[in-house]
Amino acid sequence: MRNTQATKLLFEQSKPGCRGVRLPECDVPERPIDELLPSGAIAEAPPPLPELSEPDVVRHFVNLSTLNMSVDTHFYPLGSCTMKYNPKRNERLSSLPGMVDLHPYQPQQTVQGTLELLWRSQEMLAEIAGLPAVSLQPAAGAHGEMTALLVAAAYFRDRGEKRSVVLIPDGAHGTNPASATMAGMKTVPVRSTNDGYVDLDDLAAKLNDRTAVLMITNPNTLGIFEEKIAEITQIVHAAGGLVYLDGANMNAIMGVTRPGDFGADLMHYNPHKTFGSPHGGGGPGAGPIAVAEHLAPFLPTPIVVKDGDCYRLDYDRPNSIGRVRSFFGTVGVLVRMYCYILTHGGDGLRHVSENAVLCANYLLARVRHFLPVPHGKRCMHEFVASAAKLKADKDISAMDIAKRLLDHGFHAPTVYFPLIVREALMIEPTETESKATLDAFAEALFRVTEESAELLHDAPHTTAVSRPEEVAAARNPILRWTP
Amino acid sequence: MTPEQLLYTKSHEWAYVQDDPSGAKIATVGLSAFALELLTDLVYVDLPEVGRRVSAGEPLGEIESVKAVSDLYSPVDGEVVEVNTALADNLAGLADDPYDAGWFVKIRIADESLLAGLLDYAAYQKQCAEEEH
Amino acid sequence: MSYIPNTSQDRQTMLEAIGVDSINDLFAMVPDALRLDRSLDLPAAMGEMELSAHMVGLAAQNTPAGRAACFLGGGSYDHFIPAVVDAVASRSEFYSSYTPYQAEAAQGNLQAMFEYQTLITQLTGMDVSNSSLYDGGSAAAEAVMMALGATRRSGRVVTAASVHPEYRQVLDTYLANLDTELVVVGTPDGAVSPEELEAALTDQTACVLIQHPNFFGCLEDVDAIAEITHRAGALMIVSVDPISLGLLKRPGDYGADVVVAEGQSLGTAMSFGGPYLGIMACREKFVRRMPGRLVGQTVDRRGRRCWVLTLQTREQHIRREKATSNICTNQGLIALRAAVYLALMGPEGMRKVAEPCLQKARYAAEQLTAAGSLCRAFNKPTFKEFVVRVEGDVDRLLQSALSEGIFAGVPLRQWYPELADCMLVAVTEKRTKAEIDRLVNVLK
Repeated sequence: MRNTQATKLLFEQSKPGCRGVRLPECDVPERPIDELLPSGAIAEAPPPLPELSEPDVVRHFVNLSTLNMSVDTHFYPLGSCTMKYNPKRNERLSSLPGMVDLHPYQPQQTVQGTLELLWRSQEMLAEIAGLPAVSLQPAAGAHGEMTALLVAAAYFRDRGEKRSVVLIPDGAHGTNPASATMAGMKTVPVRSTNDGYVDLDDLAAKLNDRTAVLMITNPNTLGIFEEKIAEITQIVHAAGGLVYLDGANMNAIMGVTRPGDFGADLMHYNPHKTFGSPHGGGGPGAGPIAVAEHLAPFLPTPIVVKDGDCYRLDYDRPNSIGRVRSFFGTVGVLVRMYCYILTHGGDGLRHVSENAVLCANYLLARVRHFLPVPHGKRCMHEFVASAAKLKADKDISAMDIAKRLLDHGFHAPTVYFPLIVREALMIEPTETESKATLDAFAEALFRVTEESAELLHDAPHTTAVSRPEEVAAARNPILRWTP
Repeated sequence: MTPEQLLYTKSHEWAYVQDDPSGAKIATVGLSAFALELLTDLVYVDLPEVGRRVSAGEPLGEIESVKAVSDLYSPVDGEVVEVNTALADNLAGLADDPYDAGWFVKIRIADESLLAGLLDYAAYQKQCAEEEH
Repeated sequence: MSYIPNTSQDRQTMLEAIGVDSINDLFAMVPDALRLDRSLDLPAAMGEMELSAHMVGLAAQNTPAGRAACFLGGGSYDHFIPAVVDAVASRSEFYSSYTPYQAEAAQGNLQAMFEYQTLITQLTGMDVSNSSLYDGGSAAAEAVMMALGATRRSGRVVTAASVHPEYRQVLDTYLANLDTELVVVGTPDGAVSPEELEAALTDQTACVLIQHPNFFGCLEDVDAIAEITHRAGALMIVSVDPISLGLLKRPGDYGADVVVAEGQSLGTAMSFGGPYLGIMACREKFVRRMPGRLVGQTVDRRGRRCWVLTLQTREQHIRREKATSNICTNQGLIALRAAVYLALMGPEGMRKVAEPCLQKARYAAEQLTAAGSLCRAFNKPTFKEFVVRVEGDVDRLLQSALSEGIFAGVPLRQWYPELADCMLVAVTEKRTKAEIDRLVNVLK
């Protein structure tokens, strides 16, 4: 039931004198504030925040929560995002006081449990990647990309090589080129073939003695495994470059093949995708990276090492690129990742990938009869359908379909990505969805494609709000409430 | 101004060249109706400051719709002498009047010989027709 | 297979519909030579009970701060977290959703982020807040990158030794491959000397990054720094302790151009360093240079007020290599925690948290230095942290405090060799007089 009273903005519900918390009286002898601080440093009044009672705040935010679709309430086939079930045990276990109530500068002998967990996480991620050295520090996938590129840059600097060009296939996530720029490198795009693979001729033509890194997503953003990946990594290595694997799609290949085995030198993980830690409405995630032995000295500092039965943070890493964030990393996310991996074990992770690929192929088999999937009749963990024909024939766009699916009780797929497919709908079901759900989704998708353009252009019809006026929002940005 | 009077770049900027009182050649620069239609609802335009030196084919500014951003390329070499500051508040009307009120900048041309590299109306129309296919 | 709902019968039906005999056939795209021909070498799978026992066992090898008296700070603090924050953040409609690309199905997240942005502008006195970055350290580095773009000056960035050393390390890493010189002004007296700062500024200096209260807990002369910085045409970036803004002047009121902060203090556990919250707010004119997600207010087609991600052309998925940053998402759930915290606190609550921090830190500093074996390292006003110099070995002293169940402070030697005999002591509103007296007894 909608409660529009409670979802008025916090600021509109504010009432002078209302208090949400009461703190104990100060138990040390108090001195006048102006004796303790220079008068020029003190604010005349406390910050003008809203004034609300505890019940107001609770009702407000609980009602807001009901305006979201989420994995716990809906099928969420958002391609490239791996919206799988978030195990409840991981939430409980990562919230143990002995796990969360730890200061990052506590004496290391008082955090041996956490250091052991982190050390074991490094080892496990190395095994899954087939790459021996791991840093858990990056805070998100894109942060991991940038970190790995900084590692590559440090490696080349150490070797006295002036390599600063990053090659990026045109189907790549936008974070790839943006990360390269952040790392101070130049980007050069590499074309895809009509079949959706990296164009080897174009790649070969762009490789030279300035090439630092090829960033490749495999399976790629079309959900296709690069069959010539071994050849690709070989020619990059022959040209003196390194290969970076964007690990966003690891959910397709765990235990089946390993990036290190197909020639990647660096990669990042997205624990919030692959290992089921919650997406949190946009974070927190984590972006651990795994690298080959020769790149290990350049990883960020610190990493966890094991001395006998003791675990400690190793800061003595003279070739390290330094830090990419403060403290150790997004430990709370890593704890959930650790729980996830332990729940599955080696064979269990393989089963996860097998079932993710099964679900995607099953959905593909059902969908391709009424919505073209330009790149093949098989996929890995996701596939990209195109509404280009519908757009031309009936004026129904990918966005119309996405919006109308909301009315049918399904979250929309990723739309308009990758850029190399027109009117793209990128669909990733994940292994935690049942056949019944996939059937219902395929059915709904089919019904939507049969509906009238007029109905779809105005969709969604049943959500709390209809389509927002995005042009107005961008022309005259209102980014905060004002009285 | 009419579209037929203008010169065009391959990247869809138009230029209208005239003499100022001192005899210098001034190019008034904008974006063609064809490009504006492709870009759909514009939300922001980032133009250079007066005095900036620009080169033909180099980015001059940026123009944004909700989900895309395009560079605006200079058709000529020269110095920016005037900027259409009223444009920012009238982006909604730009597509309706791309050749008069819709000008972006005026540039004092440094090298007139480069004008020969621009397309005339007929050549530009031909290019647009090809892009549509 | 804990979380896979399909039965083997389902799988068979699905395979038939696809038209293959086995799941293995689905992996035909992966060349045989690249297949892993063994199981991953990982610990055996655990059921929920075994996993729980294992995790409880690991947790038991940690000493949570709540079982000690925690005087540790340096960017992560043991502030009180109201139960409401946990209750709201554990709603899975929040935590199991994702970036609100489909605004109609994410109004809850979008409105909460709009409220977060507003609360941060109210707290900092700035015009605009983004919907958060990773943590305080990377937010500081992102602010510097933003200033390089906004000023079109790339020659120099000036910061100070009194800025969190790890934030400076992050900045160093971010600038490693750019042609920008990072100049660190020394702070032997515990805070920036305006004269020395002025001497470090050139006409190619993009920005000055300071921290206030700084890493040593001391207040900086922000008014003088703002004046000097602006006179040089550079931007003033201030990293603040959000709790301090219950008492101290807001950065927007003393001329900061960009404000960053570690938002962990606003309702998030210390969690051994993360996940945390990178707060960033700036003046209106820099909004298009800002990294990260922004939520804007608009109306829907029926004219109803609603919220949507906006100004997305700044971001990587559109602008790719020219984006303002590579950041893809935000710290949604942690930003939500901060929003709930600030809504509960209100103006009065923020003051009532900040005041005891100030009073108790002052009490602790006085008591600790009264006996004469410890002294204040810097003669500057402080907020909730201060540096003490000890006679003898810092580590031994910390160890003896630990044996009494006290995390007494952060030793500074690792970052400041000249402060090898010093430690940083933090006192939050949670520390009681009894705990402070115990600390004094152990250390003096």
